[in-house]
Amino acid sequence: MLILFQIFILFFAPFLFLGLINRIKAIWAGRKGSPILQPLYDFLKLLKKDEVISKTTSLVFRIAPTFNIAAVIFAFLLIPIPSFGSTISFNGDFILFAYILGLSKFLMVLAALDTGSSFEGMGASREVTFSSIVEPAFFILIGTLALLTGQTSFVSIFSLLNPSAGYTELIEILFSVALFIMILTEGSRVPVDDPNTHLELTMIHEVMVLDYSGPDLGFILYSAGMKMVLLSTLAANLIIPENLSPALAIIFLVVIISVTSILIGIIESLMARARMSHVPQFIFLMTALSFIAFAVVIFFIRGGIR
Amino acid sequence: MIWTEIKNLQSVSLKEIPNLEFHKLREQIVEMISKGCRLIQFFGEKINSGVILYVVLADDEQSKLFIASSNFNDGDSFDSITPEFKSFHLFEREFYEQFGIKPQGHPWLKPVRKGIAGISKEEIPYEFFKMIGEEVHEVGVGPIHAGIIEPGHFRFSCHGEQIHHLEIELGFQHRGIEELFIRNKNNPVYLLKLSESIAGDTVVGHAGTFARAIESLSENNISRRAMVIRTIALELERIGIHLGDLSALSGDVAYLTGNAAFGALRTKVINTTLAICGSRFGHGMIAVGGVNYDISSELKEKILDTINKLEEDVEIAAEVLFSSASVLARFEKTGIITNEIAKEIGMVGPAARASGVAIDIRSDHPFGGFSLFPVHKLTLKSGDVFARAYIRYIEITQSIKIIKEQLETFSEGELKKTSSELKPNHFVISLAEGWRGEISHTAITDENGRLRKYKIKDPSFNNWLAVALSVKNNGVSDFPLCNKSFNLSYSGFDL
Repeated sequence: MLILFQIFILFFAPFLFLGLINRIKAIWAGRKGSPILQPLYDFLKLLKKDEVISKTTSLVFRIAPTFNIAAVIFAFLLIPIPSFGSTISFNGDFILFAYILGLSKFLMVLAALDTGSSFEGMGASREVTFSSIVEPAFFILIGTLALLTGQTSFVSIFSLLNPSAGYTELIEILFSVALFIMILTEGSRVPVDDPNTHLELTMIHEVMVLDYSGPDLGFILYSAGMKMVLLSTLAANLIIPENLSPALAIIFLVVIISVTSILIGIIESLMARARMSHVPQFIFLMTALSFIAFAVVIFFIRGGIR
Repeated sequence: MIWTEIKNLQSVSLKEIPNLEFHKLREQIVEMISKGCRLIQFFGEKINSGVILYVVLADDEQSKLFIASSNFNDGDSFDSITPEFKSFHLFEREFYEQFGIKPQGHPWLKPVRKGIAGISKEEIPYEFFKMIGEEVHEVGVGPIHAGIIEPGHFRFSCHGEQIHHLEIELGFQHRGIEELFIRNKNNPVYLLKLSESIAGDTVVGHAGTFARAIESLSENNISRRAMVIRTIALELERIGIHLGDLSALSGDVAYLTGNAAFGALRTKVINTTLAICGSRFGHGMIAVGGVNYDISSELKEKILDTINKLEEDVEIAAEVLFSSASVLARFEKTGIITNEIAKEIGMVGPAARASGVAIDIRSDHPFGGFSLFPVHKLTLKSGDVFARAYIRYIEITQSIKIIKEQLETFSEGELKKTSSELKPNHFVISLAEGWRGEISHTAITDENGRLRKYKIKDPSFNNWLAVALSVKNNGVSDFPLCNKSFNLSYSGFDL
């Protein structure tokens, strides 16, 4: 059962996620929109295509998308599915989770620099800048939960979160909003990035993958969707009550993932992208929320620094 | 006063144009510009023994144009006027490029389009301005761009995310339009088509300017009805492009609502042009001597319905766009062109009016339907992307009023009057306010009444430098937004 569901999440959810965002945006713009599964069709089409590989690039450029997708799938195995647990779990697995995603990004940045294009260099520099703000905030966030439960693996952290301890709702809200900001940043969505632009000078993530084509490009698009699904699953773990039946928990999870993509669609429809120099301020909001959660745990739940 | 004084569209015999030694002409130019005149045209014509330089200046307040000329021999040079008045810089470069007559003391003498006096651009060594230092990097964009955009090269010198200098290299679209006018002078149908394709987004603007120049040279007074239809077509073109620009500006900041709303409204407007002449961009609308398509009474009602509805819808869409905090955060204080810079470099059109420079040919040098209906000049002060977006909105509402006004005065009349022969040895300057700004066409006829020289200036020629100046000290990622807020033509510049 878990395997089946994981396969569903792994192979369909990223495309449904992206398709749903596009559909929501189409509705806001007064259009019918493409089929919800269009991103999947695009992916399958890209898999059949030939690749054009720039002569200036080296091995790094060619292996990066494959490592990227492998890293993201591995990260997925670390995330618990509510009421099922995760495939791989050990103490401190959240550190591996953060750095396996970091590794995928690192390789993509290297690949971008490998092309020697000034655009891609610029995109890489922006991507790294914004990631370096997200990373510490993520650790404060997970660290807070570890502090609260005294556990260091995803599965035990989420199973020991006690709703009766008070302030848990507050922590859940802070955690979800902070994770949502992380989804927008990692998924390169508005207001951080504009996934639909053709203007190289304003791009962040898109400009780094300008030189890719065919299956590699398909993998990159897929992994971008996958990252967003990963992080919404993480948020779902916190929100979904522990003692639900497996069927109900899975329905709950699907709803939470859908709601996340609908929210992203609505934000992209109603909001302009932030000026590049203001993007860090937006991401720092995640840091601030993490610190608030941290302070709440320290002072109200643990009763001060001991 | 040694200048010959004329009005817009008033043809004048070549004999009446004073011919001066260049140093005297230069003194005169400096004096006139210091008194508040503005440069309209500065171009040369090849004659047997050398080159004649024609200079046209405008006194906007009094609706007067002043012409004078000067003769050069091949290989001459002259004292550049650019050090005193920067608005001359591109005109002098163009003159040097076409005839090899060098403006001495010109600070930036690089080719405009194709190369200097027969030597192609590729063979002339030229280095872009360079910036040296730590964390300094150069970004080259184009000439081939992503998306359906004309070719042009942009060279940014950046410090991190900040642009310190932008150099724009154009000329990739050079088609030799001015030469084509002369080569096909016996084929009026071809010439009209040619004028429609000077800039693909200013079909009615350029074709109308061309038609009026020819009509002036052949003393053809077109009917009131034809004039009204032309005015409506021109204003529909203005509304259509301005709506498209507002949509694209929203798109550039990833504001989907504005992008979709203005895009949908634009379709309604260009479909109205389609209903009149069968082309959404106004191809075939204008004829020399009038127009090719009539507006019947049913069509008139349809147009009125469309623009009345449009008036309400535009207001709602603009209200939403210009009150959205996230959009204003991107538009305001981005790409500022101050009033002083706008005047100094000789900007025209909505971009200049957004910086508080009150130039509008419709009211300064009225043409066609505007001679009876004066147009109020709209200006804003801030000169940023917001101002250039907002002026488009208020110009749309103004154009809607103009169309309504014109439709009320609809009278019976001939659609098209056949033109007689052109007057021999005459000179005419035809100015018009296209949606992008001042369009100027100059025609000179030979002793047989055929075109001898045809000079075109699209407003893009005046405004490209402003794009380069507006992005200084802005973020690299704000360049597309600044660029779109001007929306200049590559082919209109390259000709």
